[in-house]
Amino acid sequence: MSKKTGEPKGKSNDVDRKRDKVKQLSFGDIKLLAGMVRGYIPPAVLAPLFVVIEVIMEVLIPREMGALVDEGIAVGNMTAVATHGGIMVAYAVIALVSGALSARFAAVASMGFAKNLRAAMFENIQHFSFGNIDKFSTGSLVTRMTTDVTFIRNAFATCIRVAFRAPLMFAMSIAIAIDINWRIALIFVAAAPVLGAGLAGAGMIAFPLFKKMFRRFDRMNTVVQENLIGIRVVKAFVKEPHETEKFRNAAEEVKKTQVAAERLFVYGQPLMQLLMFGCLIAVVWLGGREIISGSTTMTMGDLASFITYVNQILMSLLMVAMILVNLVLSSASASRVSEVLKEKPEIDDSAAKTKELPADGSIVFKNVGFRYKNSEKETISNLNLKIASGETVGILGGTGSAKSTLVQLIPRLYDVTEGVVEVGGQNVKEYSVKALREAVGMVLQKNVLFSGTIRDNLKWGSEEASDEELLAACRTASADFVESFPDGLDTDLGQGGVNLSGGQKQRLCIARAILKKPKIMILDDSTSAVDTHTDADIRAALKKELRGMTVLIIAQRVSSVKDADKILVMENGRIIGEGRHEELYYGCPEYRNVCELQNVSAEA
Amino acid sequence: MRTKTFKTRKNSDDYKEISSLRPENPLKTFRAIFSFMKKYVPHIVFALVGGIINVGGMLGGTVLLRELLEIVEESILTGMATGELLALLTEKALIMGAIYIAGALGGMLSMRLLLTVSTGTLYTIRTEMFEKMEKLPIAYFDRRTHGEIMSRYTTDTDALREMISNGIPNIVSSVLTITGVFILMMVFSPLLTLFVIGMLVVMLIAVTVIGKKGSVHFLSQQTGIARANGYIEEYVEGQKVVQVFCHEEKTKEGFRKLNEALCRSETLAQTYAQILMPIMGNLSYLNYVVTAIAGAAMIAHGQLEGGAPLLISFLTLSRQFSMPLTQISQQFNGIMTALAGAERIMKLLEEEPENDSGYVTLVNAEKGADGITESDKRTGHWAWKHYHKATDSTTYAEWKGKIEFECVNFSYEPSKPVLKEVSFTAEPGSKIALVGSTGAGKTTITNLLNRFYEVEDGKIRYDDINIRKIVKEDLRRSMAMVLQDVHLFTGTIRENIRYGREDATDEEVLAAASLANADEFINTLPDGYDTVLTADGSNLSEGQRQLLSIARAAAADPPVLVLDEATSSVDSATERLIEEGMDRLMKGRTVFIIAHRLSTVRNADVILVIEGGRIIERGSHDELLLKRGRYYDLYTGAFELS
Repeated sequence: MSKKTGEPKGKSNDVDRKRDKVKQLSFGDIKLLAGMVRGYIPPAVLAPLFVVIEVIMEVLIPREMGALVDEGIAVGNMTAVATHGGIMVAYAVIALVSGALSARFAAVASMGFAKNLRAAMFENIQHFSFGNIDKFSTGSLVTRMTTDVTFIRNAFATCIRVAFRAPLMFAMSIAIAIDINWRIALIFVAAAPVLGAGLAGAGMIAFPLFKKMFRRFDRMNTVVQENLIGIRVVKAFVKEPHETEKFRNAAEEVKKTQVAAERLFVYGQPLMQLLMFGCLIAVVWLGGREIISGSTTMTMGDLASFITYVNQILMSLLMVAMILVNLVLSSASASRVSEVLKEKPEIDDSAAKTKELPADGSIVFKNVGFRYKNSEKETISNLNLKIASGETVGILGGTGSAKSTLVQLIPRLYDVTEGVVEVGGQNVKEYSVKALREAVGMVLQKNVLFSGTIRDNLKWGSEEASDEELLAACRTASADFVESFPDGLDTDLGQGGVNLSGGQKQRLCIARAILKKPKIMILDDSTSAVDTHTDADIRAALKKELRGMTVLIIAQRVSSVKDADKILVMENGRIIGEGRHEELYYGCPEYRNVCELQNVSAEA
Repeated sequence: MRTKTFKTRKNSDDYKEISSLRPENPLKTFRAIFSFMKKYVPHIVFALVGGIINVGGMLGGTVLLRELLEIVEESILTGMATGELLALLTEKALIMGAIYIAGALGGMLSMRLLLTVSTGTLYTIRTEMFEKMEKLPIAYFDRRTHGEIMSRYTTDTDALREMISNGIPNIVSSVLTITGVFILMMVFSPLLTLFVIGMLVVMLIAVTVIGKKGSVHFLSQQTGIARANGYIEEYVEGQKVVQVFCHEEKTKEGFRKLNEALCRSETLAQTYAQILMPIMGNLSYLNYVVTAIAGAAMIAHGQLEGGAPLLISFLTLSRQFSMPLTQISQQFNGIMTALAGAERIMKLLEEEPENDSGYVTLVNAEKGADGITESDKRTGHWAWKHYHKATDSTTYAEWKGKIEFECVNFSYEPSKPVLKEVSFTAEPGSKIALVGSTGAGKTTITNLLNRFYEVEDGKIRYDDINIRKIVKEDLRRSMAMVLQDVHLFTGTIRENIRYGREDATDEEVLAAASLANADEFINTLPDGYDTVLTADGSNLSEGQRQLLSIARAAAADPPVLVLDEATSSVDSATERLIEEGMDRLMKGRTVFIIAHRLSTVRNADVILVIEGGRIIERGSHDELLLKRGRYYDLYTGAFELS
């Protein structure tokens, strides 16, 4: 199938990649994303609120534990054990309930946030013009809606729970620890910077290593991808061992960087554990000394609660580190997502004067110039053209002659950068986009059918069409093979219509456009996979069934356009020949050249 | 799209979405994964030892903690000489430190070894998967989307990696911890342990109930994700069509429904996953209180020997249950997903490779007075090397390039025959044009020729040798293909041309490029032959890519050529370049060409008109025109608009 799109394929990808690097998350982006919480503000507020309650309880519990030991166990006072135990149970129950509630609210809020985010992106993308779409590649749009949204959602969930939990837990635990015994609490003051520095250092070493690892993963996956699409080439040239070797090297590289990157965790994690236990020993040793020497009021119970605080303090520090990693990871995603959200559809109804459909299918180009974004030179310059309603017009021209671009200006898939395009005697910008496109049927070069039945797909053309009408349109488009399918119109097309051959898909796409009964029908190289005979059948049927419709046919085969009322020969964005077949054959050397190559004679 | 694709599994998709998340036979899969780890058995054993040391260190620390506390308590109770106690305290603290250090070292050892095991195992699995994939018949690729096969390397392998490097080690260390804690508790006080067990049962029930519910929602979440992502992919891909048909609102509505459903199941799944932590954490406090009260009562009745210090350490111990239990239940979903993925990987590994029982090889040959002799160099002559088992002798037969189809029947799917009784002979050096409408079976004939697919019935002979007897590699090496869909590989232009023959010299590459008419555009590129192609050569135009694929075939310089002419999308000037290149390439070789251009057809020695899988007409251009049959219709039809 032809691989062309309106402009070179690689370019938009490159632009996209460059963008990814340059863009930084701005305050406006964060505000935009924060707005996506709408509808979920109560849970988003309640989640951290309950986190606060949970943390307060969790910090108070070890204190009660201490009291329970000191006033109860140590002195054998059962009532004290029962009272403090009772308080502890009460605390634990409150902590449990608020913990569970905060988990629930956080889930509701973050998933709702993700839902809003996906919906907003999807809806905005639906209104993207072709220009907008070209700017992002479709692949990158899909990634932005899936992977990136997941990253942001996780960051959001972290923000409303852990980001409250960790600092609060840290502050309160430290405060109570200082209150119990400030000298011993100094241990934490000493340990915290060590931990912090360790984490920062590890992060600094790990970050580039992980980036390298992801690049290597990409490279390895590229090998697989290429082998999947080119498997016939690989086999035809007996390159299996060569490719396997290539993959083996790529996988080896992945393995090496992975070991290098993860080694940090291997050594880091036990060290972290050690630091925690070191603090524990220090606490018990120092505390023990104080108790034994009786120099302070330090008690057994104090010691017991201190032991628990060791855990809480260091864990909360770890959590802070995790939050930072999470936020850094998601900030790239956030800027990629907000880029999509901020993108303004280039084409809208701002200049619309009427909701009426165009009066007829006449088309006029007046001094039209067009330039793709990011491209320096004009693709179409100073082009004038008149097509009367009901005419059939063929367009021929080499790759890059701007045939597709020309016709895409008619239904405003792109807007002209200079001059005016008129349909039905009125500037296309003065119609509402909906009305204009209602009147212009177009079969694109890249045929897409959607999953669902053939009927579902055809009904895109006309919602109310009866089965007879659907089948009639199929017959017009030489797509009557539908009737030979056991399930007929109910035949299920997989994603992208994989069950059909290229030619069959093209014909169904034409039938779908016919059902729209448009005033102007544009066929952009849409019969390339159909044999010449069928191609001719389709054109004849179109003419017969849809009288009065203006038809524009872009083709590579002269035979496809030879009997048109008018043929346009295009080169480098200009019309270099205009007329009937015979006129051009003798009047336009380029046209004649093509005819001779394709063995077409002068007779019409 | 012209490459034939047959998807038969589509109908069962809904069922598949769910079932693909759970393994069918976890035990078997486990064993299969383990077979990849065999060479790491010593690693695993030492990692386990390290893990035990790690857990032992932690628990040993707790025992020491108790002793430390006992010393402290003793000072309170007895008021012993403080100096002696302080020395004892320091001594025990040092021992405790040493134990923790040993534990940490054990942890390091175990994690480092496991890193080697996990990365090594995945490396092995990946490369074996790729190696296997390269050996699979084309039919395998026809029946699956690229995305589906790709996910074996990405999603499924990732899940497996997560399981090997995180899931299983976590579970093992959790189980070790639970066992260790339990043993210690029994040693400390069997009676108190009973209370803990009671609480433990409550915790276990909580874990199972929540885990089970969570599992259900996790599955529906995964399904929801798959559905939503599929929709996103499809409609973002087809957005231009949506716009042309003003279908934006309908499309949005469809997404809204999926998005709502996904949000619901995600919220539930997330709730159950997150709720476990606070519940288990706080249950362990309840446990603490219950045990504390029981312990205090026991001390009061003089039934707890160790007194308060023992109780304190016991209580610290009892809290260590909740973490590993939570861990295990949190790993469950991940491990199940990983096993399901591993099962799919194993299925790929178990696929039947292309069968090749051929024994006749094609060798470079020299023709001398005493017949044909084998040569190590490229001589421009080839010979079939035939080894006869019965007589243990080798004979050589000259390569001529004659190809014969004899009553060949073939179908991609059992009930739909594609070729019926196809017979023809291509004489050495002749040009065979295959003509017919889309789906008539032209491509299939070439696919059978190089054994992309095996004939069902009938025979294909190459210089009178059944092609099944020829070693597949040699068969394919003897013919170059220029396919309609051009595929290039990441690398320089030079490397891509050399893809045809690795040992081609730079001069030969240049010669091939100029024969294919590709040198002109290559020289205009800033880096010339060293221009790096990315993403299937997307930085080149369609026509340039076709020229390169011709150059690639020219570099291979094979005796037989299979050409599939491209239909459209190339401008006339480039088209002429391509045609010239192809013409030069065809000289002196046996050529099969799927023709779309009449100029090509006219120059063919034999034209086969194929319709509905049968050869309905054959002969030269002139002969066929005289027949006034299907060929005549096709030929004239192209000129006429009726």
